[in-house]
Amino acid sequence: MSEIRLQIDGKEVTAREGMTVLEAAQSAGIFIPTLCHHEKLEPFGGCRLCIVEVNVRGWTRLVVSCVYLVEENLVVRTRSEKIDRIRKILLEMLLAHAPESPQLQDLAVEYGAKRDRFEKEASFCIHCGLCVRYCTEVKKKNAVGFIDRGIRKEICFIPEIALKECSDCKECFPLCPTSYLQAAYVLTESLGPVSGPTVRPVKK
Amino acid sequence: MDIEKIDGIIDKHQAEASSLIQILLEIQSENHWLPREALERVSEKLHVPIARIQHIATFYKAFSLVPKGRHEVHICMGTACHVRGAKRVLDTAQDLTGIKPGETDLDLKFSLETVNCLGCCALGPVMEINGKTHGKLSPAETLDVLKSYE
Amino acid sequence: MARLNSPEELIAFRQEILSKRDPNTPCISVCVGTGCLASGASEVFAAFKTEIEKQGLTADVDTKGTGCPGFCERGPVVVIYPQEICYLQVTPGDVPEIVSQTIKEKKVVDRLLYVDPITGEKAIHESEIPFYKHQKRNIICQNIKIDSRSIEDYLAINGYSALAKVLSGMTEDQVLEEVKKSNLRGRGGGGFPAGRKWEGSRNAPEKVKYVLVNADEGDPGAFMDRALLEGNPHSVLEGLIIGAYAIGAHQGYIYVRQEYPLAVENINLAIKQAEAYGFLGKNILGTGFDFTVDVHQGAGAFVCGESTALMAALEGRAGEPRVKYFRSNVRGLWNNPTVLNNVETWANVPLIINNGADWFTQFGTEGSKGTKIFSLVGKITNTGLVEVPMGITLKDIIYKIGGGIPGGKKFKAVQTGGPSGGCIPEELLDLEVDFDQLTKAGSMMGSGGMIVMDEDTCMVDVARYFIHFLTDESCGKCLPCREGLRQMDKILTNITEGKGKEGDLELLEELSETVIAASLCALGQSAPNPFLSTLRYFRDEYEAHIKDKRCPALSCKELITYYIDPDKCQACMICLKKCPVEAIDGGKKKIHIIIQEKCTNCGTCFEVCPSRFGAVKKISGEPVPSPIPEKERMIEKAKKNE
Repeated sequence: MSEIRLQIDGKEVTAREGMTVLEAAQSAGIFIPTLCHHEKLEPFGGCRLCIVEVNVRGWTRLVVSCVYLVEENLVVRTRSEKIDRIRKILLEMLLAHAPESPQLQDLAVEYGAKRDRFEKEASFCIHCGLCVRYCTEVKKKNAVGFIDRGIRKEICFIPEIALKECSDCKECFPLCPTSYLQAAYVLTESLGPVSGPTVRPVKK
Repeated sequence: MDIEKIDGIIDKHQAEASSLIQILLEIQSENHWLPREALERVSEKLHVPIARIQHIATFYKAFSLVPKGRHEVHICMGTACHVRGAKRVLDTAQDLTGIKPGETDLDLKFSLETVNCLGCCALGPVMEINGKTHGKLSPAETLDVLKSYE
Repeated sequence: MARLNSPEELIAFRQEILSKRDPNTPCISVCVGTGCLASGASEVFAAFKTEIEKQGLTADVDTKGTGCPGFCERGPVVVIYPQEICYLQVTPGDVPEIVSQTIKEKKVVDRLLYVDPITGEKAIHESEIPFYKHQKRNIICQNIKIDSRSIEDYLAINGYSALAKVLSGMTEDQVLEEVKKSNLRGRGGGGFPAGRKWEGSRNAPEKVKYVLVNADEGDPGAFMDRALLEGNPHSVLEGLIIGAYAIGAHQGYIYVRQEYPLAVENINLAIKQAEAYGFLGKNILGTGFDFTVDVHQGAGAFVCGESTALMAALEGRAGEPRVKYFRSNVRGLWNNPTVLNNVETWANVPLIINNGADWFTQFGTEGSKGTKIFSLVGKITNTGLVEVPMGITLKDIIYKIGGGIPGGKKFKAVQTGGPSGGCIPEELLDLEVDFDQLTKAGSMMGSGGMIVMDEDTCMVDVARYFIHFLTDESCGKCLPCREGLRQMDKILTNITEGKGKEGDLELLEELSETVIAASLCALGQSAPNPFLSTLRYFRDEYEAHIKDKRCPALSCKELITYYIDPDKCQACMICLKKCPVEAIDGGKKKIHIIIQEKCTNCGTCFEVCPSRFGAVKKISGEPVPSPIPEKERMIEKAKKNE
């Protein structure tokens, strides 16, 4: 694999072809905040916190560094007024779901994100997808998945699989930045095996 | 819905994972909803995890995981209909049936859904029930149309 | 039907078809597109068949169910050939008269003709009707001429001649060059140059490539693609096969919205017919080119109109888009080079091949060549599909073609580009419609939906409507779109309900910046546009809602009150009886009063009060006048003169 030379925050960085900008930055000791990234999992590009500014062939654009591949002579900025503004408001929207999350609180301090900028939301889930992806890609059990879309998107355990597999595993639990995953599992466990639709029943 | 029918639909598409959505559409069309057993059968034959099928069955609005009513009421909320007063038609329908979009009433008489554009924009606001399109509706006319269904 | 095995056989077969058709044979063309069907066209068509048979004319008169000619407001539309007499709003009851007068006696049935609302002049022929006269109907003109379910009708109007020309006499590069030279830009929303997109795929080294038709048409209010796919499915197929040849693809997919059952039916039929006649499958027209195409239905997801989400759906996955750091014409369906184009884009291709790029470029503006089909809907007199050259002004579309705003109301704005677009106000009506001008004005062309709004439309509600639409249609994967729209929806809903507060507009703008800059796909990246454009041109409405709790358009339910003007009320009791919650107090000859505590703001009284009285009023931002004293509520005969 050939070597690629790029610049991150003014620093010369050497990377291998096929690496993402995030990987290149991490290898050079440059910190970029992430939430949905995990070295054992395929890049997800969902939280957008790792957003950076890249300049290639005269064009400047904002890209997510966990997905964007390194290019020769790429110039990367990991902080800017705009990037910081974006990260701040992303964190504020996340804090509306999970204000107690230590990970979010630490990042909030760095970016001046206010915990109660937005009204508290009912669901703790911040959709980093780590639990779903870990169970699919690493454990290959598919015990938990996504349901629905848009603002109604949620995670959902498959009761038959979860009751069989999860009590001996629970490897996804420490991945969850909030306490939602554990809560969702406990609820599934308490409901026991279910026949018929496991998705939210219709309100009558 | 019997297993044979489901298998027939799956085999028609050569049990290909990429035909998952087309298979579910056919089952939905035949049965008017997707029972759990159907999803499990599809999962088994296509070698696709049930979690993924569940995601797809809830992601796409053409699918229903619960039985539907005798009369499926679709109210178009497309922009042209909206501008001509579709919200009032919806409010009227909700008031009369007692259910919200996505729901079915207890008697399994009406299922209410909103749709985003049936392509009959010249007739807006539009409501479609059991394949019949009613256009240029006022709230009063909406009531009359709904009351005419047993 | 034996397969056609060479371009020469096609020419001979076409000759044969034409020789059997006498252009002087009367033909009754009844539009049976979805719009006219909803107005009763199938009963009209059946009535014609019955009447023709009854009169013993079946052998001498053709009756065709055709595709949509666009004048949807006045459907069912019937055109009698060869004279091209155009009848509008035809009912089954009119049929015997049409047959006896027009078919047998060659006389025109006056009362079914178009009447100019200002001059009172009648128009006999389609081409004289102002709605049609000012259009340039290169593509959609074919719809009324053919039975959409007949491939031979398509062949009779020179169908598949472009394909034959390509396969028998043009190299892939020559086809590519012609499309590039035409400057054809995608008609689905992106406006990306089609030739450039094709070239990217053509140059990709992979052997397996795909061509896709995007017939998802998710923009509410847009139904051009439906009319094309229902009305002239072969024209789309022909364009697709030509494109496949140019880039070297041998498999195609047509992704059709499942909300269009007739389009799904007609395109499936067209594919079967094309296969039978030798235009699809192996060794097309004996030239050695193989190509098959399959239809996939959508399952109710607007986001699947986005190209990468559409490809995910074709792969049997949830319609979650992926980033476009590598373009899908290089890495698309199953990571293979894939050209995805809109229905209308493909329909342009046979015309470009047959008439040449130079013919195509004579229409349109410098940056936007050719014509575009728009769906002109909303508060407009002539609702329907219009095909116009790029560069025509909005004013001409709305007034010359659209016939202006009905009901004597004032034009307020026209919304283009669906949920990704924006609103264009009155002061910009001279804007020449093309890709770049619309973008400059803060909107975009989009797929071609043009929703006209009048003084009764609340622009804050328009923004709320689109944002709300997207909270449901967003795939939900990325944070800025999912959460950003969630918050924007809340704030805008609050504003329309009178709960807006200081700082809301600034917060909305801040959220907009992040949603645009950080979203994963074009759905999110363009989602704030309707808000930003209405804020740009109608800021005063936002401020009235927030500061004065007033809706200037008298539309937002929570901000209006219904009030009966005692000077106008004639105590006719119509509203009293129709009120669903019995909130109107009054009686025969006793002036009616709305009991505000009971009123649910349904608007029924406003609708049903006879227009000659006009007693029910909507007020906003001001207190309801106190009711008049009891003793003044009785109407004396002498007082009121009608």
